[in-house]
Amino acid sequence: MFRRIPISAMIGLVLTGAFAFTAIFAPWISPYGMAEIVGDVWEPSSSQFWLGTDNLGRDLLSRMIYGARVTIFIAAAATAFSFTFGSILGFTAAVLGHRADQIMSRSVDLLMSIPTLIFALVVLSVLPANMLTLILVMGVLDSTRVYRLSRAVAVDINVMDYVEAARLRGEGTRWIIFREILPNALSPLVAELGLRFIFAVLFLSSLSFLGLGVQPPEADWGGIVKENKDGIIFGIPAALIPAFAISALAISVNLVADWILNRTSDLKGGRG
Amino acid sequence: MHPILKLVAQRIALGILLLFAASALIFVGTEILPGDVAQSILGQTATPEALANLREDLGLNESAFSRYFNWLGGVLQGDLGNALSNNKNIAEAMGKRLGNTLFLAGWAALFSVPLAVTLGLVAVRYKNRWPDKMISGVTLATISLPEFFIGYLLIYFVSVKLRWFPSVAIINDSMSVLEKLNAIALPIAVLTMVVLAHMMRMTRAAILNVMQSPYIETAELKGLTPFNVIRKHAFPNAIAPIVNVVMINLAYLVVGIVIVEVIFVYPGMGQYLVDHVAKRDVPVVQACALVFAAVYIGLNIVADIVSIISNPRLRHPK
Repeated sequence: MFRRIPISAMIGLVLTGAFAFTAIFAPWISPYGMAEIVGDVWEPSSSQFWLGTDNLGRDLLSRMIYGARVTIFIAAAATAFSFTFGSILGFTAAVLGHRADQIMSRSVDLLMSIPTLIFALVVLSVLPANMLTLILVMGVLDSTRVYRLSRAVAVDINVMDYVEAARLRGEGTRWIIFREILPNALSPLVAELGLRFIFAVLFLSSLSFLGLGVQPPEADWGGIVKENKDGIIFGIPAALIPAFAISALAISVNLVADWILNRTSDLKGGRG
Repeated sequence: MHPILKLVAQRIALGILLLFAASALIFVGTEILPGDVAQSILGQTATPEALANLREDLGLNESAFSRYFNWLGGVLQGDLGNALSNNKNIAEAMGKRLGNTLFLAGWAALFSVPLAVTLGLVAVRYKNRWPDKMISGVTLATISLPEFFIGYLLIYFVSVKLRWFPSVAIINDSMSVLEKLNAIALPIAVLTMVVLAHMMRMTRAAILNVMQSPYIETAELKGLTPFNVIRKHAFPNAIAPIVNVVMINLAYLVVGIVIVEVIFVYPGMGQYLVDHVAKRDVPVVQACALVFAAVYIGLNIVADIVSIISNPRLRHPK
């Protein structure tokens, strides 16, 4: 299965793996503590501080490593939530059809008529700013996209003979959703998973950059950009490092998702 | 009535209906908190008197239903209420900022749309050759970059190192258009890069779709140059999908502008919204969100109408 991996997907896999490793083992690989003040403000990179220090004199590399953990955890949790929630609703709408489908689809249309970021800001103006809120808000808003995709896929599957056969032998709605539709809808959904994860990372980073996401002293990449952005005008590039990390993560996941998409849509060599 | 007028009228009516529903949703969005809005605005340490005052100001003693219709009635008469933080009229404070935001978005659109469509045409003309491959590669990369990465990269290199353009985009009425453009050069560049990739890729896909039609083959066989085939035969038929793409991306521009305004400290709607979310100033947030939603829905309606009008089968019914 791993014999014919194109070079771009290989790079993507290695980088994504490295990011995941960093996130999981953050406390063991970071040289200093997350909120520990160890030097002067905005020291340049040296053998002691590989990436220099930040706006309060904390080690930037350590904050980046802990930031990877927070960013990837929240984005992954939000993606998992949006997938579970969105796909179950989407399948249900496709299987039930008629009025239930109409009500759910029109509600999703309505939710999508307001730009995601704007609606998130509205909700975050009254909700307490903590990780659970962020995960739920991002997950619910993103599940609209998953809903549309999974409903579209499930509508096609729902008219297949084997689903008809299951209905005739008297299976309930839950059986049809989880045993008939879900296994057959999995591969297009998995390809979408990567893209939704990237979107969640970018979305979370934007919120934190605006000061409305993860709150200090907790670090996430968007927040580190915000903390260090004032240094840019003095020619201190500290804010560019987390921004670069976000881009690198997004691109590497994109490369992997692209490869999976090509594999699953390719009838000859796919599925392996 | 001409069927096309009927379709357009239907689409506009649907849009207005959607806007009303969106206003209700924005209102509900600030009501979903299980506890009390006043409590969450003032925090745990608030005195009971302060809480009671704020509840009075927000009208929290009335039911959510009547508050929504009071708010909506005010909005329909152009009264967006007063800000909690400084008690100023929201509509007045917003008017000028909305103008600034539209100024920035307008110029960004003026640069990005022709550029994206031209590059899309070039990509189709040299399909699968190096210009096409380079364009798709750059596109894939820019989709993955957050706005603030492009923004601060430009500030760091173009503004701080090369000193070509200012790093903050401050504009006021006494500036000439050229001075204003100089001030917002970098925000325009960021917004252009953010939407360019999507627009170009979708333009390319739309034209490629048309290029597979038999009349394109006829045009090729009668000896037109490749560029003329695209310009005269493929492009007019791809207008509807392209306009759709452009409008979707302009709607995205309206959102991306929130972040770009914060990066460049630009006195627009986005900055206003973000500041007041942090202050938990609910009336301002609702008003701003409503304006953003209205622009977003409006652009989508325009996209639909253009694609209805550009369809000759609908324009000249049998």
